[in-house]
Amino acid sequence: MKVQNNKAWLMVLPMLLLVAVSAIIPLMTVVNYSVQDTFGNNEFFWVGTEWFHEVLASERFHNALQRTLLFSALILAIEIPLGIAIALAMPRRGIAVSFCLVLMALPLLIPWNVVGTIWQVFGRVDIGLLGHGLASLGIDYNYTQNTFDAWVTLIIMDVWHWTSLVVLLCYSGLVSIPEVYYQAARIDGASRWAIFRFIQLPKIKRVLLIAVLLRFMDSFMIYTEPFVVTGGGPGNSTTFLSIDLVQMAVGQFDLGPAAAMSLIYFLIILLLSWVFYTVMTSLDNDAASEQGRH
Amino acid sequence: MLRLANIARRVDSHNALQDISLELKRGELNILLGPTLSGKTSLMRVMAGLDRPDSGELTFDGESVIGVPVQRRELAMVYQQFINYPSLSVYENIASPLRVAGLDKQEIETRVAQAAQLLKLEPYLNRKPANLSGGQQQRVALARALVKRASLVLLDEPLANLDYKLREELRAELPMLFAELGAVLVYATTEPSEALVLGGKTACLNRGRVEQFGPTLDLYRDPDTLMAARLFSDPPLNSLALSRGNGGLRFAGAEQALPAAVTAELVNALPADEVESTLTLAVRGHHLRLGSDVAHASEPSTRESLIEIRGTVDVTEITGSESFVHFTFMGQPWVALLDGIHALPGGAAITLYARPHDCFLFNTQTGKRVRKLSGGE
Amino acid sequence: MASIHLKNLGHRYAAYDAGSDNPYALNPLDQVWEDGGAYALLGPSGCGKTTLLNIISGLLRPSEGRVLFDGEDVTDLSTERRNIAQVFQFPVVYDTLTVAENLAFPLRNRGMESTTIEARVAETLTMLGLEGRANERARSLNADDKQKISLGRGLVRTDVRAILFDEPLTVIDPHLKWQLRTELKKIHERFSHTMIYVTHDQTEALTFADKVVVMNAGSILQVGTPEQLFDRPRHTFVGTFIGSPGMNVLRCTFDGEAAVVDGVKLPLDEATIKAAHARGLATSGVSLEVGVRPESLLVVGAGVNTDDDPHYVRVDVLGVEDLGRHSLVRLRLGNQLLCALHPEGAAIPEAAALRFDPARTLLYANSLLVEANG
Repeated sequence: MKVQNNKAWLMVLPMLLLVAVSAIIPLMTVVNYSVQDTFGNNEFFWVGTEWFHEVLASERFHNALQRTLLFSALILAIEIPLGIAIALAMPRRGIAVSFCLVLMALPLLIPWNVVGTIWQVFGRVDIGLLGHGLASLGIDYNYTQNTFDAWVTLIIMDVWHWTSLVVLLCYSGLVSIPEVYYQAARIDGASRWAIFRFIQLPKIKRVLLIAVLLRFMDSFMIYTEPFVVTGGGPGNSTTFLSIDLVQMAVGQFDLGPAAAMSLIYFLIILLLSWVFYTVMTSLDNDAASEQGRH
Repeated sequence: MLRLANIARRVDSHNALQDISLELKRGELNILLGPTLSGKTSLMRVMAGLDRPDSGELTFDGESVIGVPVQRRELAMVYQQFINYPSLSVYENIASPLRVAGLDKQEIETRVAQAAQLLKLEPYLNRKPANLSGGQQQRVALARALVKRASLVLLDEPLANLDYKLREELRAELPMLFAELGAVLVYATTEPSEALVLGGKTACLNRGRVEQFGPTLDLYRDPDTLMAARLFSDPPLNSLALSRGNGGLRFAGAEQALPAAVTAELVNALPADEVESTLTLAVRGHHLRLGSDVAHASEPSTRESLIEIRGTVDVTEITGSESFVHFTFMGQPWVALLDGIHALPGGAAITLYARPHDCFLFNTQTGKRVRKLSGGE
Repeated sequence: MASIHLKNLGHRYAAYDAGSDNPYALNPLDQVWEDGGAYALLGPSGCGKTTLLNIISGLLRPSEGRVLFDGEDVTDLSTERRNIAQVFQFPVVYDTLTVAENLAFPLRNRGMESTTIEARVAETLTMLGLEGRANERARSLNADDKQKISLGRGLVRTDVRAILFDEPLTVIDPHLKWQLRTELKKIHERFSHTMIYVTHDQTEALTFADKVVVMNAGSILQVGTPEQLFDRPRHTFVGTFIGSPGMNVLRCTFDGEAAVVDGVKLPLDEATIKAAHARGLATSGVSLEVGVRPESLLVVGAGVNTDDDPHYVRVDVLGVEDLGRHSLVRLRLGNQLLCALHPEGAAIPEAAALRFDPARTLLYANSLLVEANG
């Protein structure tokens, strides 16, 4: 009967192979491109870190990076508080719960390019409900010509599409808080804010961290929706890193710089995610030790 | 028979289980007694095959069962939480392990009916678990474990979430229910009184080690270590270090030595190699008595043969027929369990007596018993 | 601190099953609980004790009657405005705050000055024996220390009118239960807060309270000191619920001078006989029972000459269980089972007689104690 059960490893093997093929090999290909130049015909020349220098020095990259960072910052600043607020306002029991949950899940079920198309049509001044509506109210709105309007449209679209995710994550954290905590807080005379700060927030902290990371990475890599709605315009005003990258790689076929840029892009995401994670986990510890000093 | 030999397991770099060797026989009730985190649940998980020990042997009827997945073991487990299938009726809950085993319909009906009768669940067979009281829900879980006729039954504090009185009732029924199975029965609890009511054998667990294993009453009356005595005392065990000098024993820090007769009785019973050891004396609360309760207390010869304990009352708890008098003796918190109502105010002086042969002596360094006494006989 | 008056209080849940014969979750009652008293509500699950506690704390509004604190009607006040403190079954602490911060929390919420808060917190820490741990994070504490903090958040306030406990020792290990329980007792002795303690555990209730309120099926069966409940339970339920094992209750008849159990006469005391006569129990045909505690029965061997003494009754010994501190002797008297407690170490005779003490042999009519003034 003394059989070592090693079958588990066999089960994992296909997944390991899949990860190797789907992630590591393309990544190595990109690394390969990023240090070489080609003039077609499958001829490659070693250029070292030249593409990296060029990308890092290019104004086009800087602008795209700034736009992307600004976009992510705005998305997080709106979606996280809004998501928490909606989750707090949602009912905790009764049939209204399922209704709210389905309502919340709806936007998440729509394919990304369809979301883009919906808003592209929705915002059009000639036939779109939103665009036409605003125009008939006398508001000068045109996302294809006005940079501000384009940004507002993209942000509202993303908020509409993704706030649900934050809501659902927070809600799952909130419903897991036992009722006695609220009773105890009421007896302690805690204000609504104190209940949120000292009971709800600590309990949803972990899911909130996941929400922030997911929303950051996702918004930082956003491509499909702005591509469908604005195509990066007007001008370059909504050309985020991802759109820029595709334009460079596919539109201009500058494989070397595009590869270098995607590696830099990848490292930035990695770095910022790590920063978010460490700051948010240590923030909690700091808060506690600071209060300890009173 | 379930045999454990030198079982050890580390969890997160601390020793959850250390060097555990036990032989648990079929048809016997084996109790694991210890506080929270003493390793009771860890040990049960190893027995069940849910966790693999880092080292040691685990055999059932002579065959090693290490690495045998839990699904293939003949095993039933009941937890502190009432775990039933919420969507199934009580009948279906009890029948579920039999359906998995592929028994025919007739056999399932017979066995479920039997278990339901034993556990008084007959009126509730068509209900859902959510419509039952806590005690009934736990009966369903027990019935499920019972019908399976497993050769190893693990009960992890099964009564902890029940009402006190219900606990008393089920506790009395449990050993009888499982006795007929001829299974190895293991029962974890934190309460000494529960172990005493259940009887059988007890293993005292402390920090992942077995302090002592043997018949429950022997362990209670004749603990091998100070820790085992502590684990098996409710109210908590009273203890104090003794010191030597001027030809007598005395409580550490006390001015007066114990009476010569008491010293002689204690010293005479010491094994030769322990005569020089530092000793700790321990006595259970109900072995402390007021002077008025000691027969012939007024006679000097009686007083001379008793250990006198003078303390200051901390607080008194009265249960209606008994009093727990918490007092401070030589700076240590002690508790006496006295018959009758003794409403002593805090700060009052109290004098109590203990018979030397009701006391345990331990080697202070090793924590081991240094004298064998016949306890309360 | 305040006295609590539950005035003609009763509660029925709106959604209560209409077909049921009793619509009340809590049958109408009238109780006055003294300022500074320690009360325990004792009873099995579903007896209404938690409903009653929630009515006092203000989490539940009674369907009838009023709740008065020191004569002031608080029935319509919310929990937070009643100035009560509550300790729950599972310790509630604010995880991210330190021990001291947790204690300061209810004071901060009420906008007290920081110097006053600091003084109160320091005082409370001493009270709880947590002086050295003020700056530890609450999350890292054991269950029993967390429970102390839950209690501390009540003790720290000067405006608290009552501290309520809802089975506070459920998740505490047996050894620590002793500590926490005695500390609670000491705090009550020193500071005399009005305390109400809900539990199903008789040891906790009896040791904690000055007065124990025994409840079953939505009704209060008896309010009394631990001694009263033990010696003279007014209802057979109280007798069997309190005590381990509980009181022996045997069906009987009354022949005018003694209780008769399956043809065997058990002596009763004068007062009981008088009361029984006054109510005509010898002929009335009401259901009678005799109640006697296992602790007050004395098992003696056949060697003792018991023939001429009416206090002794012959019984069969069915079995003996050694419980350590004492033995439980299972006996049969006529066709009914009963048990007696026997001291540790004493030999159990095989053929035995049982000594009944008339003063401790109680008579019950329709489950209620037959007594002189009843």
